[in-house]
Formats: sequence, structure tokens, C-alpha cells
Amino acid sequence: MALVFPFSAIVGQDEIKLALLIAAVDPTVGGVLAFGDRGTGKSTAVRALAQLLPKMKVVVGCPYACDPDKPAPACEHCRGKKEGELKSRQVQVPVVDLPLGATEDRVVGALDLERALTQGVKAFEPGLLARAHRGFLYIDEANLLEDHLVDLLLDVAASGENVVEREGISIRHPARFVLVGTGNPEEGELRPQLLDRFGLSVEVRTPEDLATRIEVVRRRDAFERDPEAFVAKWKKDDDKLRRRLLAAREKLPSVKVPDATLESAAKLCMGLGTDGLRGELTLIRAGRALAAFDGDATVGDKHLRRVAPSALRHRLRRNPLDEAGSTVRVERALQEHFGA
Amino acid sequence: MTDKTETERSPWADAVLAAALVAVDPAGTVGVALRSLPGLARDRWLATLKSLLPPGVPVRRLPLHIDDSRLLGGLDLAATLRAGKPIAERGILAETDGGVLLVAMAERVSAGTAARLAAVLDNGGVTVERDGIRIDSPTRFGVVALDEGMTEDERPPAALADRLAFRLDFEGVSPEPPADDCPDADDVAAARKRLADVTAPDEVVEALCGTALSLGVDSLRAPLLALAVARAHAALAGRWEISKEDAAIAARLVLAPRATRLPMPPPEEEQPPQDDEPPDQPPPEGENEQPENVEDRPLEDMILEAVKAAIPAGILEQLKLAGRIKPRAPSAGRAGHLQKTKLRGRPAGVRRGEPRSGGARLNVIETLRAAAPWQPLRRREREQSGGQSGLAERTARVEVRKDDFRITRFKQKTETTTIFVVDASGSAALHRLAEAKGAVELLLAECYVRRDQVAMVSFRGKAAELLLPPTRSLVRAKRNLAGLPGGGGTPLACGIDLAVMLADQIRRKGQTPFVILLTDGSANIARDGAPGRPKAEEDALASARALRAAGLTALLVDTAPHPRPLARKIAAEMDAMYLPLPHADAAAISGAIKAVTPPRESLAG
Repeated sequence: MALVFPFSAIVGQDEIKLALLIAAVDPTVGGVLAFGDRGTGKSTAVRALAQLLPKMKVVVGCPYACDPDKPAPACEHCRGKKEGELKSRQVQVPVVDLPLGATEDRVVGALDLERALTQGVKAFEPGLLARAHRGFLYIDEANLLEDHLVDLLLDVAASGENVVEREGISIRHPARFVLVGTGNPEEGELRPQLLDRFGLSVEVRTPEDLATRIEVVRRRDAFERDPEAFVAKWKKDDDKLRRRLLAAREKLPSVKVPDATLESAAKLCMGLGTDGLRGELTLIRAGRALAAFDGDATVGDKHLRRVAPSALRHRLRRNPLDEAGSTVRVERALQEHFGA
Repeated sequence: MTDKTETERSPWADAVLAAALVAVDPAGTVGVALRSLPGLARDRWLATLKSLLPPGVPVRRLPLHIDDSRLLGGLDLAATLRAGKPIAERGILAETDGGVLLVAMAERVSAGTAARLAAVLDNGGVTVERDGIRIDSPTRFGVVALDEGMTEDERPPAALADRLAFRLDFEGVSPEPPADDCPDADDVAAARKRLADVTAPDEVVEALCGTALSLGVDSLRAPLLALAVARAHAALAGRWEISKEDAAIAARLVLAPRATRLPMPPPEEEQPPQDDEPPDQPPPEGENEQPENVEDRPLEDMILEAVKAAIPAGILEQLKLAGRIKPRAPSAGRAGHLQKTKLRGRPAGVRRGEPRSGGARLNVIETLRAAAPWQPLRRREREQSGGQSGLAERTARVEVRKDDFRITRFKQKTETTTIFVVDASGSAALHRLAEAKGAVELLLAECYVRRDQVAMVSFRGKAAELLLPPTRSLVRAKRNLAGLPGGGGTPLACGIDLAVMLADQIRRKGQTPFVILLTDGSANIARDGAPGRPKAEEDALASARALRAAGLTALLVDTAPHPRPLARKIAAEMDAMYLPLPHADAAAISGAIKAVTPPRESLAG
């Protein structure tokens, strides 16, 4: 489709940009949920990310885009083949839209109607989940997604595998993806189970100072009037960011997490009373990804501090009578633990 | 184009100008939210818009209950069967590319449809993933949302309204004969050619952003839309650069109707009422810097003047109202369908069966899938049975038999909306009010799981008001509850009346209302606002009978420290459950309510 607004040209919105970059550096951090007012550019940021991501290697002919170095065990195409047999090529990392109104068969995949009708062959036609494997699955207005699709997603996101049993087809294929959701809190709450699947959650606000707002409008207008020229102008910055992403990915395995940092994270989570260990795990992983992105060798408190609001704000036990939002509570805990 | 000063223009002239600007750039201005009952003014305006659009530009009407396959596109059944392979069909949105989409009864459009529309507007294209097909088609169009709402509460979904540049209200507006300076189709055609090359000077962009901020317009879409409108206006006037006049007109047409506060010269004076402010927003920091910024911005001042003149007197009252029920879409927060029918709701699987009685819907895709594996066999069978089969059968590429029919079953929970009617008068002591608020929030916290909604009506002083339109959003509930003041008389009758009215609206949306009245029952203000206990009690009892006549299920929670007979009597007249809870706190109230509320897990179809 048409050209996409460049990632580097997005004014402000540091939290969502950082969260997306962290998810791109380390997909195991889990997905990103962005909740915020209308017209704040949530969708713009996600679509821009798609253009920013470095290419990845996939097995030629594999319907599930397996990594030639590490084919998924559940992949029928690549299973049992020797290393030399798999040819590879470079493709864009998929950022797959899950549009509202998508039907179940398109999401999980179903019998290939065309081949069945014309050739009488029973073949599986992979769905959105297959396409999103190793990439991102984007749900706009996540809180409006129909329940039966949410159920589906929850299961697949947890297991990393899509099991299809329908129309006489019995198939399982790998489906590991980073879930990215956006929504407006005014439209209703997100189901707690779905909320939990997102590693990071960010709040997006409309910028309030005039200069920023003018810049947003100016850039958007420039983009809409001449997309090619605008994208070309920002290409350098996008390239730079992409190289930084690649470097961070390479650095990631070597980033150390000292015991002191682990302890800080544990204390912070205990202080906030987050449910389960997932909060701590996400906090550490996000901190490590950030350190890698910043080019630091070890994860320190400064990294935790920056990722803590996104990693923890949606994991606090809800107290409807507490007027203070969860963001404020995390901030308060951060003050206590790390000082002002 | 015109030398009239802006204040002289009539609403009709403005409306015609808006039509011309939409015609110049449907995709950029995105469109119009047109609040009007069907009638001469609306018809004339729509005719004007059509006459201004270049010939051949599609103008399509979007019916209220359109299904996804027609909205976005899907499988073309007839063609699929003819060809023997899936053939895609474009939806209405893709067919409207380059033109204007008329959204009928926009105030009733569901949040789901609005979200789909919004996604297409944002992406500049339709993406379909359904029925085994995938279509990507670049699509840009303008929208005219025909809003026929009567009450303050009936509004098009905010997700849609926010994206439309113009807001027109035809109440009390009658069409005028076309003025001499009205742009005609030729002007529009010329402007469309010029549009792409019209430049926007920096000061215009700055002024529009500044004006939006001073008017308390939060969304960044507003200044962008204003810029698009200014550009269209410049093109229409034959200019190559957006002028001050263009900017002023754009601000007046786009920003003024969105204003949430009047621009005030010294910011420190600004002390907006509490519930006026958008959610969790400390006074913007940018504001303090504003005087310096504004100083050397004569253009912004000029635009503000124009806008101020366009904001009618008494708007502040309206603004307060708007602030309270800010996202006006009554159906916001609920995805999916509202009608109670077997054919709607969440699909609960597919089974073999016949779509005969109209009580079930044929699932074409699943039917074809069921038929697919048998095709070679059936073809052979047919060939063997020789040439006696008719022509129709021979040309049919896909043979579907009765056994193949699959129908979709739908499941729909009847949604319940709990209406809290809270006595906020002086007699119901203030701390009771706090507990009632707490109980509402506690119940709301469970609502998402139960798919229920909550609404809140409060009454005090002389009247009742709708404090919280039906919602499932904690954010909204908190904001609206926080601003609830207490004290004053007890107009119990008004409170009950409003609840009955609201319940009726809810029922018309296919949901089940459930009324919970929290009061001490000591009514002392009559329905007409006059003080006096006997009349007030009589009115309250009458209202209670009206509630019963409406067939509503209700619960009366008596919050008086020493329960009195009147509350019990009112409950009896309402045929409501009566629950005296003299010293309960929020948790106890919500617990008690949960305990007596009937389970509501009915499935249809």
C-alpha cells in the first residue's frame, strides 16, 4: 500500500517509540500495548516500525517463514531436512494487521478453497497467524476485538504454536509473534487475560506544548503532500536507527544482569505488589534490551527506571477506589526505590 | 470570493461553503458531521454537495446495519459458484474511492462499524481478511455523517466525529437561495486542480495549532483538518498560498465547534470548573509559556477573534455539558451488534443444517468447504449418469448438495445495563454519596468480565441529571463520578423519571436495563421543582408506578440511618426489591447488590 510515515520523523511519543524498539530488539519481552487519546499517532508509530525493521532470513518456499538456521520444530515444510537443503532469502519482517471484522478462518487458516474446488485437493491455506510468525501482529482498537478472536489469540500467543483442527485438516505450525495492540480507554477495558499477554504497556498522550504540536502538524502535512520526498528526507535517520537496532540485537546476548539489578527489580515488584513473576521477568528483559540498544554492557538501575513504567503499569492489582492511576503508583514506587 | 466579514455569514452560507470545501478535497477534509432531521435543509444541502462534485465521483449511502462483507468486501457468491473458484467482491468503502460516503443515522452507528471506518480513513485503504480472501485496495473518500440524534446523548461515535473536519447543525436553519458568490461546480473543478500546489506558510500552521490549543482542542487531528480546509479554501479562492483569511475561515469552521473553553487572555485567571477538564490533565505546562508565544503572533490573534465571534453566546453552558458527557457516542464501548436476534451476536460455530425458516444464516464459505472434497467424485458421478442432466447442471462448476449446507449459529448474551439512581441531596448525608460512588466503581470493575454496563443518574436540588451515560469504561466512570456534588433538596420523582427514560433508551438498543435506586426516600421537591413534602411524596409515588408500568426490574436500597416507611412504600409501588442498608460501606452495598441481582447469562439462538 501507500508509503508509510517514517519512524524517525515522529515527533515526541518517546515512550511508545522506546517500547516498540525494545520489542524489536528482544521479541521475548512480549508485546506492546498502547492506550491513549484519539489522534495521538499510535497507529502511525506501529506502521512506521514495519518499515524500520531490518530484513530477516527465511527459508525459500516455507509457508511459515522459518529461520534457515533454526527451523521451527513444528514446521512441516522444514522438518527433517538437512542444513544444506534449505535455501534462504531476505524478506521484510512482517507486521500483520488483524483488522476488526476478520473472520476466524482467515486468522487461523483453513482449507484452501480454490484448490479444493478446482483440483479437489485438501490443502491448508495459512492464515494471519502464520503470516505473523517471526514478526508482529498488530491489532488496532484491541478493546473492540471480538471475544472469540481474543480467545484464539490468547492461546496461540501463549504456546507459540497454532493448532488447526477443522474441515478435516489437522495441522500445527509455528506462530511466534510480537503482539502489538492500540486502543482508547474510553471505549472500554481490555480483558485481563489479554492485558497480561502484553509485555509492555504505554500511555500515549496528546502533546500539550505548542511547539511540539506545530511540528507534528507541519511534518504530517509535508508527508501528506509529498510522501516520496518526505520519506527520502528521513531515510538517513531511519537507516541509522536500523543499524542501531541490528547492533543491539547482536549485543543483546552479551549484556550482563548483575545481582544488584535483579534485587532492585525484585524489590520494586514486591513494593508494587505485582501479580506473579512475569512483571520481574519483563522488567529485566526490557532493561536488558534497553541496555543493548544504548550500547551498555550491563543492566543498571537507570535502565530499569526507564522501562519500569511500561513493564509494570498494567500488572498492578486494580483498586477501583484508588483515584491515582497506575502510572502514578509506579512513579511513586520508583521514587522510593531509586530516589528522586 | 467574498468580501463579507465573517460574522455576517449565515449558518446556511457556512454550510454551503463547507459543502464546496468537501467537494474540493473529500479525502483531506474527511467530511462533515451533519446534525439534522431529514427535511428540506438537509436535502437541499446534500443536493448542493452532489452538484458541486465533479461528474462521475461516487456518492454512496452506507445503511446502518451493513454487514462486514458489504462494508469491507468479501466473497462474491454468485461469481464464485459460476467460476468454481473464490471471486472477491469489493465492499462499499472500496467502491466509494475518491468520492463521498453518506453514513445514514450516524448517531446509531455501532462502535465496531465506526472503528472499521476509522481504520480505512487512517490507512487510506481497505484491508480485508475474510472468507478466505485477502484484498488490499487503496481507498480515500470523504464522509458525511447524517446525525439524526435528538437528545444531547445521541451522537455519532467519537471515533468517527473526531476525524471529520466540519460540524454542521441544521436546527432552526432554513435553506436560502444561492448567493451570487457561491462557488459552482466549475470553481470546484478548478480548485481541485490547484489543490496539490497550494502551499502553507509557517505562520499559518503555527497560528492554527496555537488557536486549537487556546480553545482547548486536544486532538491533533483538529489543526490538521483545519489546515486541509484552509488549503481547500485557498484553492477555491484561486490562491497558491494559504492566506490569513483562509486560515481564519478554517479555524471558524473546524476549530470553533470543537472548542472546550473560551480563549482567555491572561492564563492565570483560568479556573475552569473541575469536570470541565479532560481526563487526568494537569493544567498544561505549555500554557504558562503561552503569553510569550502569543505576543508576536498577530495572525493567531486575528484568527482567535474570528473564532470568538463564531462561538455563539451561551456556549459555555453547553461546553460544561459537553465536558461532562464528553465522548458522546452512547454506544461507544460496545463492540458488535445490538439487536436481539438469532442472526446476530457472536458466531458460536457452524453446524450442518438448512437455512430454511430464516431462523439461521447460511454460511457460504463453510458450505463450499464441505462440498469441495466431493467435487471430483460428483463430477464423475454426473458424467456416468449420462447426458440426461440439464444444461444448468452441466454448467454448474461446483455441485453443492443439501448435505453440504452449513449454517452459522450465533450466540448473544443479552447485555444488562445497570442504572444507578443516586440520591445526592442534603438529607442523604454526604458520606453515603461517597459509598454509593464506591459501589458503582466496584461493580464497574467486574463489568468487563460480565459484559455489563453501568449508567448513573443523580438527583439533588431541583432536578435530576444523567451523570454517567451507559459505559463499561472505568476511566469515564471515575472522571464523571469525581465531579458529583452533593447537597440540596430531594427531587425523588425527577430521579425516577429520568431513570425510566434512560431505561427505555437502553431497551430500544436491545439491552436489559436494571434500576438500582439508592435513597433515603425523604422526597421534598415535587416534579416541577417546587418544594413541599406532601406533593413531592405524591409525585415520587406516581413516578414509582410509572416505573412499574414500564415493566422494569428495580432494587431500592434504603440508605437512611433509620429506615422510614416511605422508602418501603415507594419500593412496593415500583414492585422493586427493598433492601435497607443503614450502615453499609461501598463493598457491602456492591456485595448486597450482587447477591440480589439475578444471574443474566441468557443465550439467544
